[in-house]
Amino acid sequence: METAEDIRKHVRIYIGVFVALAALTIITVGLSYLELPGFWHIGFALIVATIKGALVACYFMHLISEKTIIYSVLGLTVLFFIFLMFLPTATSHF
Amino acid sequence: MEIPYAVKPHPLTGVANGKLGIWLFLASEVMLFGALFSSYVLLRVGADVWPHGRDIGLSVPLATLNTMVLIASSVTMVMSWASLKMNQFGKFRLYLGTTILLSFVFLVVKAIEYSEKFEHHHFPSTSTFFAIYFTLTGLHGLHVIGGIIVNSYLLLPGSKLWKTDPDRFANRVEYAGLYWHFVDLVWIFLFPVLYLL
Repeated sequence: METAEDIRKHVRIYIGVFVALAALTIITVGLSYLELPGFWHIGFALIVATIKGALVACYFMHLISEKTIIYSVLGLTVLFFIFLMFLPTATSHF
Repeated sequence: MEIPYAVKPHPLTGVANGKLGIWLFLASEVMLFGALFSSYVLLRVGADVWPHGRDIGLSVPLATLNTMVLIASSVTMVMSWASLKMNQFGKFRLYLGTTILLSFVFLVVKAIEYSEKFEHHHFPSTSTFFAIYFTLTGLHGLHVIGGIIVNSYLLLPGSKLWKTDPDRFANRVEYAGLYWHFVDLVWIFLFPVLYLL
């Protein structure tokens, strides 16, 4: 059971995550205006988006300190999600 | 009859039933958006030429503004839950009200973007790009509307539960928050995929 003092510590983290997310958004937009090769262009944007997504999931959704059952549900979901993402490229030769 | 394990963790799972329920729902949502992202990849890989969103009229400044608005709304959402945990009901109302307000700002900006597209005769039938653009952003917009409905319920009639069962009410706000952060998370990926790449 978390105390009010624990929650106050969380609040400071939430503010820090907000600043990080805002900064990463500006970085994504800035990178998109650079003349980079196509692969790097897509790669950088997806890496920054993944970092932002991880920050939201870990801190706002409290996944950094969740129970095993939630990790199990999400692990299975991620597995199917990855399969879905690779399905188009795997079948594009047919 | 009292609903079991609404506050206390279930002995088998270690979490309250509501929390497991919302995560299972979010898992299904991941697959829904995952299928559409997968379709996007399929269409993009299969196309001879794929346009950059900004080259065909998508507004990067407006989308950046909307990204900031959604991120801010995620912070106010989690702060509303934290306020309840610190027994500050007044602050909870302030933060949740701000979340709802920011959700409306997001929809208004999106409506401006849509109207600009329609003025330039860009419809889902115009091209494959606009078909997937309207499908993804439209479905996401529906999720934003869903979040507004749930959060408005928790702010107004649903908040009566705070007086009789504060722990259960705080859990409800936490579950609504998990949904709202997921909506934010989807936009974090939609923004670069549709506007910047």
